[in-house]
Amino acid sequence: MAANNIRHALFCAIVTLIISFPILGLSLEAKGVNITLSGAKTSTYVAIVLAAVAVFVFQIFRDTFMGALGKLPNLNPLAGREPMEQNKRVKLESWLLTGIVVFALFWPFLVSRGSVDLATLVLIYIMLALGLNVVVGLAGLLDLGYVAFYAVGAYTFALLSQYTGISFWMALPIGALLAGLTGMILGFPVLRLRGDYLAIVTLGFGEIIRILLNNWTTLTGGPNGIGGIPEPTLFGMEFGRRVKEEGNTSFHETFGIAYSGEHKVIFLYLIALVLAVITALIIRRFMRMPVGRAWEALREDEIAARSLGLSRTAVKLSAFTIGAFFAGFAGTVFASKQGFISPESFVFLESAIILAIVVLGGMGSQLGVILAAIAVTILPELAREFSEYRMLIFGAAMVLMMVWRPQGLLPVRRVQITLNKQG
Amino acid sequence: MLEVQNLSMRFGGLLAVDGVSLDVQEREIVSIIGPNGAGKTTVFNCLSGFYKPTGGKVIFEGKEIQGIPDYKISRLGMVRTFQHVRLFTQMTVVENLLVAQHRHLNTNMIAGLLGTPNYKEREQKALDRAAYWLERVGLLDLANRDAGNLAYGQQRRLEIARCMVTEPKLLMLDEPAAGLNPAETKELNQLIVSLKEDYNVSVVLIEHDMSLVMDISDRINVINQGKPLASGTPEEIRHNDDVIKAYLGEA
Repeated sequence: MAANNIRHALFCAIVTLIISFPILGLSLEAKGVNITLSGAKTSTYVAIVLAAVAVFVFQIFRDTFMGALGKLPNLNPLAGREPMEQNKRVKLESWLLTGIVVFALFWPFLVSRGSVDLATLVLIYIMLALGLNVVVGLAGLLDLGYVAFYAVGAYTFALLSQYTGISFWMALPIGALLAGLTGMILGFPVLRLRGDYLAIVTLGFGEIIRILLNNWTTLTGGPNGIGGIPEPTLFGMEFGRRVKEEGNTSFHETFGIAYSGEHKVIFLYLIALVLAVITALIIRRFMRMPVGRAWEALREDEIAARSLGLSRTAVKLSAFTIGAFFAGFAGTVFASKQGFISPESFVFLESAIILAIVVLGGMGSQLGVILAAIAVTILPELAREFSEYRMLIFGAAMVLMMVWRPQGLLPVRRVQITLNKQG
Repeated sequence: MLEVQNLSMRFGGLLAVDGVSLDVQEREIVSIIGPNGAGKTTVFNCLSGFYKPTGGKVIFEGKEIQGIPDYKISRLGMVRTFQHVRLFTQMTVVENLLVAQHRHLNTNMIAGLLGTPNYKEREQKALDRAAYWLERVGLLDLANRDAGNLAYGQQRRLEIARCMVTEPKLLMLDEPAAGLNPAETKELNQLIVSLKEDYNVSVVLIEHDMSLVMDISDRINVINQGKPLASGTPEEIRHNDDVIKAYLGEA
């Protein structure tokens, strides 16, 4: 036992050394045209050795440490309590949610422009994650190319505005519908696939769309992207200092207030908020409808679902289409927010992050997904000082999360249904 | 109502089912028995559309159905259970029954999103039907439990209830008594007979429990190594020399 422990601890310490030495102890420096490898300061080496020793000591006494941890008083004050009554809980939750949404409506008037901008991005991610939640969380179809539909939405608006001068409000449904259509078309060839195979094919589709956008320079401008995408208008009122389009009026002149750049940011935020709430409500509705139950049934057991008369084609395609539809929604808002889009915004990492949000939040759980979207988007901003290690921290958080809470932040709770006793 | 003529199923070089014929009349319980690996489940898979039979005909209510997709067959009113229980384990018991009623529900998405009266009415009917069958199989108190948390015998009963809410004309049960204790088997026996008597459902049964088979079957088909061996009433089968030989070996 003891010998085994020492061996294990030694191994862990050596691994620590092997990993941290090249990363921290060596640095590449550009001198003229050459790159030279130089060592770090002595203090860094000392720190590396100390870290290895720390790992060694921890591993040797791991059982003792972990045992002590287990004896700590339970940190969760709610742990011992009886779960709340069903209808009471539902009421409380709905009040709480309404409260949060109302607060979110007034919040932008209180904080800085940067926070509102970030919050808009959070809302876009919430829309994306809620959409992907349908595909991955409910229907159980692992989609690694989800960002493609986001791109379709964004590029639809960008291209239409460039070539036909369409407004945001016209582009919103068109972008969403086109994204949904793309989802359906991409859904057809992958109907028979499940699990890993599906993941690989969808990954490919995501890349195809991105590379197409990148290389079709005559239409999409390639890597240069498309700029000058118009901002949304409020009943024909523009938010810029000067009116760009004939026939429109400007917001600040109509209401006789001084121009402020913040109006536009807040307006975009409010649009994103309304759309995110609509997305959440519609998908929540879907989840309780026959189609939502069919998605879950297909995830649970495809053979049983088919034996009960569910058509695999219809169920899978509906999940893909609806998921893609909301990605298109989000894409249009994104294009309008940025005013400029390029294929760079739609790389695989985006898909991975959205997927991470869904998994972290708890597959299928809307509230969990919303929480995770907020956490995943805001934490990197808060941790700006460590921006070099952002991805490292992100990865570590994912690993810890999956080890300790694989079901996600807020796992799904089934809807309870009261039945009337029959004769 | 169901007629199977000369059914055969070939997997590469293996002829798993070879020339099996059987027929099921209205309100009849027909059993398929045979030693392990005889091809009973393969016959079921052919009938329910999971396999496309390589030969023969399956006629259900005067319509040839061999080779049409599984979900369409179940919509015609031929529903099956599985040898290993297949429930939607992470969904609640009542949700399992609602999924099965997909066909009877208003699946128009717009109607559902708007919550039209027609949609609500059908949804309520589905709930009532689910409640009725849950009570029938004694699971009403467990309606909001996750299906995966039920005891094995309860899962078996839920699977049958899930078939029954689709209002089938023909029910195919694949070893429903496997893993049940004698008391549960007896309950199952009564349930199957009542399905026939009270709900006018025909039953095709695959089962190894001979007391159950002999007790409730109207007719029995014996299959051995994919080939039909004998068919007749329980009394005839009990005294059939070929069957005894296949089951007990040469004396």
